[in-house]
Amino acid sequence: MHANERSLTLPPWAARSPIARALAGTLDRAVDRSLTGMLGEEFTGRLDRVPLNLGQSGVDPFGLDPQWTKYALAAIAYLHRRYFRTEVFGAKSLPTGRVLLISNHSGQVPIDGALIGAAMFMDAEPPRFVRAMVEKWSQTLPFVALLFSRVGQVVGVPENAKRLLEQDEALLVFPEGARGIAKTFDKRYQLTPFGLGFMRLAIETKTPVVPVAVIGGEEQYPSIANIESLARIFRMPAFPILPQLLLPGGMLPLPTRYRIHFGEPMRFEGDADDDDSVMEEKVWVVQKTIQSMINRGLRDRKHIFW
Amino acid sequence: MTTRKKKGTLGGEGGLLGAPLRAKRRSAAKRQAGELEGQAPLEHNKTKIVITGICGRLGRRLARVLHRQRPVIGVDRRDFVGKPKDIEHQQLDLRRKKLKDVFRGGDVAAVVHLGVMHDPRVPMSEHHSWNVEGFSKLLDYVAQFEVPKLVVLSSANVYGPQPHNPQFLSEEAPLLGGARFSEIRDLIEVDMLAQSFFWKHPNVQTVVLRPVHILGRVRNAASNFLRLPRVPTLLGYDPMVQVIHEADVVEAIVRALEPGARGIFNVAGPEAMPLSRVLRILDRPTLPIPYSFAKPVMDRLWSFHLTSFPAPELDHIRYVCMVDDRRARKVLGYAPTRDAQETVCAVED
Repeated sequence: MHANERSLTLPPWAARSPIARALAGTLDRAVDRSLTGMLGEEFTGRLDRVPLNLGQSGVDPFGLDPQWTKYALAAIAYLHRRYFRTEVFGAKSLPTGRVLLISNHSGQVPIDGALIGAAMFMDAEPPRFVRAMVEKWSQTLPFVALLFSRVGQVVGVPENAKRLLEQDEALLVFPEGARGIAKTFDKRYQLTPFGLGFMRLAIETKTPVVPVAVIGGEEQYPSIANIESLARIFRMPAFPILPQLLLPGGMLPLPTRYRIHFGEPMRFEGDADDDDSVMEEKVWVVQKTIQSMINRGLRDRKHIFW
Repeated sequence: MTTRKKKGTLGGEGGLLGAPLRAKRRSAAKRQAGELEGQAPLEHNKTKIVITGICGRLGRRLARVLHRQRPVIGVDRRDFVGKPKDIEHQQLDLRRKKLKDVFRGGDVAAVVHLGVMHDPRVPMSEHHSWNVEGFSKLLDYVAQFEVPKLVVLSSANVYGPQPHNPQFLSEEAPLLGGARFSEIRDLIEVDMLAQSFFWKHPNVQTVVLRPVHILGRVRNAASNFLRLPRVPTLLGYDPMVQVIHEADVVEAIVRALEPGARGIFNVAGPEAMPLSRVLRILDRPTLPIPYSFAKPVMDRLWSFHLTSFPAPELDHIRYVCMVDDRRARKVLGYAPTRDAQETVCAVED
């Protein structure tokens, strides 16, 4: 088979049409070119250094397909390098094996997760594919379920997290959850209490925890209020009021400049089934570290937009 | 020996309540026997293997592997086409009292239960009575005649495809298969019965095997689905699936028959792959259909007897239902011998 066909998964009906094949080939080359431009090297060269667990069918046990991930990365890389012009700090000192990335969550839409993913592939050495946990109901949505699975996002259950870490993957967790992402503008950069699950996981699997501070997300969609009663009616995690939606083009996030700070890896020991109060102390150490990284990052930031 | 057997017979009528009592009485008897004559000679003359559902394609395959090494008795109400001469075939229904005669000699070394009915067209009550009543009769006889080994072929379908499934289900995962597809409930019940038997009768080595979708000449939903001339898929869904070659299932059963093996084991074949990859191996035309359209259409087709797939089975091509087979690999020493290509192409044999 040709290289083009291998790199793009066309449905069988489309694979038979020469026009579709030609279009796919052109698209593929365009993506390759733009990625090469942004990465400073060939995508495939970088891909070869990503530690992956691929089977014979070309996907890993969770369904991650590097070729699909390439297209997702091309889109995110554009946001990362051009739209938000992210500055990344500390990506060189990341552990190479299994790692748990713990980050603050912000910005109404989880762009922060995508940008951490881009940073881990484009700026870290060796490059990594970040695995994050997604909501269970996303599995019921056609295309969304498929896309998430192929780009390495897995259903958010503890068994999956544990298995991924045992596979020596990089796992991204937002312990603030939906509370964190739906913060109103007056609460920006103030961490809400962390969940404890990640700490039990880190201790059980002996995984280093890397605190991550993301700065710039809180200003992309300033929210003046979160109307919980409406959120409940629409069964959404939050119902933020975003004034910018009234402006033309306000659907797009404001092009703030993101700054992602990776901290020093922290190691925890003890009993994974310990009391909540014992866990809380350990989690508090991580939360304090991230908060002080955020505070320092905010102090050093010269401007929100550049 | 005869007195003990009689005691067992009396207890056998006792049903559920009688079971613990019977177990106690028997273990007392066994202790005595152990003091008097030792256990080894008692086990020694037990050689026969009883296979229920032997006339199915899997059963015949298993019989062909086993019959040269040990005497095999098949129990099935269907005809045994091409039966090897040295296999004894009892053409009877599991629910009939006559089943007991198979065990009367006291020389049964193992029972392999493959005789599970899964035909959604059969009325629910008949289905239930066959699967649950027949199987609990069988369990009674296994306990009564002190058969040292019981192997039950359950299925990974008992976990059921669900949106919140972890990627790899362990043997401890809850059996939720009936939540969205009630026709499968009696298969779950069979699995549960085998589990409680495992605890109630520690002297019987009970093995429950839960293989993933079995492919081959077998007539199950997964193989039939892949044999369709145009395979429908759900638009926007492409779950990871696990399949296993029927020969590998037979291999797992043979390993489960080894003395010492006991417990519940997930059994998987070659590594998991996306459903689309399975279909590409087969090189069969596909027909992607949106789920919201496929479900009512399937319901309608089902009620008009135009399809053999009930609509809830669509979940198998929508959500993940994959198992973790590490325990079978470690404890049973099982490993699949067929690769993905061979396993998938086996449906065309």
